[in-house]
Amino acid sequence: MTQRPDSTQTPDYGAFPDARGHFGRFGGRFVSETLMAALDELETMYRRLKDDPQFQADFDYDLAHYVGRPSPLYLAERWTEQLGGARIWLKREDLNHTGAHKVNNTIGQALLAKHMGKKRVIAETGAGQHGVASATVAARLGLECHVFMGEEDIRRQRLNVYRMKLLGAEVIPVTSGSRTLKDAMNEAMRDWVTNVDDTFYIIGTVAGPHPYPMLVRDFQSVIGREAREQSLAQAGKLPDALVACVGGGSNAIGLFHPFLNDEGVAMYGVEAAGDGVDTGRHAAPLSVGRPGVLHGNRTYLMEDDNGQIVETHSVSAGLDYPGVGPEHAWLKDIGRVNYVSADDQEALAAFRELTRVEGIMPALESAHALAYARKLAPTLGKDQDIVINLSGRGDKDILTVAEIDGINF
Amino acid sequence: MSRIETTFAQLKEKQRKALIPYITAGDPGLEVTVPLMHAMVKAGADVIELGVPFSDPMADGPVIQKACERALAAGTGLRDVLAMVREFRRGDDRTPVVLMGYLNPVEIMGYERFAETCQEVGVDGVLLVDLPPEECDEIGPLFKERGIDLIFLVAPTTTEARIARIAEAASGYLYYVSLKGVTGAASLNVEEVAARVETIRNLAQLPIGVGFGIKDAQSARAVSRVADGVVVGSALVNQVAAHADEPMAITPAVSEILADMRAAMDKP
Ligand SMILES: Cc1ncc(COP(=O)(O)O)c(C=O)c1O
Repeated sequence: MTQRPDSTQTPDYGAFPDARGHFGRFGGRFVSETLMAALDELETMYRRLKDDPQFQADFDYDLAHYVGRPSPLYLAERWTEQLGGARIWLKREDLNHTGAHKVNNTIGQALLAKHMGKKRVIAETGAGQHGVASATVAARLGLECHVFMGEEDIRRQRLNVYRMKLLGAEVIPVTSGSRTLKDAMNEAMRDWVTNVDDTFYIIGTVAGPHPYPMLVRDFQSVIGREAREQSLAQAGKLPDALVACVGGGSNAIGLFHPFLNDEGVAMYGVEAAGDGVDTGRHAAPLSVGRPGVLHGNRTYLMEDDNGQIVETHSVSAGLDYPGVGPEHAWLKDIGRVNYVSADDQEALAAFRELTRVEGIMPALESAHALAYARKLAPTLGKDQDIVINLSGRGDKDILTVAEIDGINF
Repeated sequence: MSRIETTFAQLKEKQRKALIPYITAGDPGLEVTVPLMHAMVKAGADVIELGVPFSDPMADGPVIQKACERALAAGTGLRDVLAMVREFRRGDDRTPVVLMGYLNPVEIMGYERFAETCQEVGVDGVLLVDLPPEECDEIGPLFKERGIDLIFLVAPTTTEARIARIAEAASGYLYYVSLKGVTGAASLNVEEVAARVETIRNLAQLPIGVGFGIKDAQSARAVSRVADGVVVGSALVNQVAAHADEPMAITPAVSEILADMRAAMDKP
């Protein structure tokens, strides 16, 4: 077990964020005045419903009967053997309805929207998974749904674009800036400012202004709560290490948060190194960025000396974001979580390897977590356990991988 | 008295309202901005809002987004904008200049260094769109010490309790955003604006400028009947965009719009 130099200084992780949405110096609410009232309203509603047994029961019911939870914790025996170290467990978020962890959050936010009487929801999306998950809950509740998506991502993820259209959502191409996730988020914010009275903004990750990083974390924490129980039941102990990919950070915080007070559990958040963290073409703000303010919160960002946000690069659209949730920024600074990275090549290799060895095709986002775990496992003993968050399935990425293989459909 | 206070006091004496143009600094090139600022003063501007370009202008519509893109492509950074104010002050020590933009470029420069440089070059006020009073504990005192006004937005959605809190943190003037939306959006409703300005007046002592949706002489005149200042941005930036390839034509085009607004506002 890792010993802390002064255990009295271990924070009570459950007590964060503070009343104004701060995780240490990170987080907060940095938005234009028009949105302040809407965020106050959302926070008040959430704080009330969070402890309302009926709301929790509705949420749990949907997770069980609509999403299909609990998701299994699967022991990847063949891969474990091949890597020759720690036992590898996969938390199977890929088996959720719509194929990724994103739906845990959209179910929760859609319930909030319903309680607030909103008739229209908007969302930003990168890989399209959050857009699909938003369009799905909107279809189920009969809400109008508009999804903002960068032009570049629309090209990379055209299968998901069509899925959203089939679900009745309107996909709005975003042509400003780098035409990826950050620009989609800018455009969603602009729409929200304009239609704030009747519109609920479903943010897809633990970023954005307070209370979003808190409520998205709470909705995603079902991943870690289940994984903790399943580990105790199936492995007979808590895992030694957790590994998850970090785009905005929602699947990672969802897995990590219920374990934060378990000091013996090491945690690894894996960012996208793209062509490599020293090439400038990557999406790894925690690894090589610095603190700043974007999209309503203070966090680590990829930015230049003038404070302009720079373009990111990753083979996986869902990790192609220059910021990261503020709670991760704080967990990095206090040293509770290790933030590492995997590049495009390593992720693609892990994608192929898991597919061939276990018959499970992971999302390219999740493949970044697999790529790091692949290096970590052999350094640990055979009696140790690693839980990897398999945040999504890879069907949406088949065209991308085929293109890399030189195959055109 | 600060330059902003003096300006509003003098206008009040003359029973005139402030005309407050916004342009993005460095759009379409760095050399355009300072001469344009002087020309705007000549055409009737009382206060200048100088936009600091940012890569992710979340509160702005397409017109100012593109202005930011042009200014960034020309290489404009916060240091350049501060240098422009220094240069402007060589020829004008009377007209207040307010820097308007987003927080991140200021974060990277450092609050203290930014505040010091503002004071040194002659910036009078700062309006950071994504910095609400709740997050001002650190930066607020740095400006106050140096006599730089921190200007805040009030929106149609702002509750009365918040208006009072904003008024307490603010100095210089309050900027009422006339509509729910981004800059350059559709036209404002003057009656609604009048009612809101009345509410704000009951809660705040500061002069009130109104912006968003003011497009022409007619809307400028209408707003000047209810507010202390009229902010015009996208209508001017549109002219900059239209003449981006022939910068010589920018100044006359912008000046003409401002002069029309000035005349319409001053007409009894
Ligand atoms: C399968 C999958 N995993 C991970 C991510 C990254 O998001 P986050 O870091 O919020 O989990 C995405 C985003 O689209 C995704 O689709």
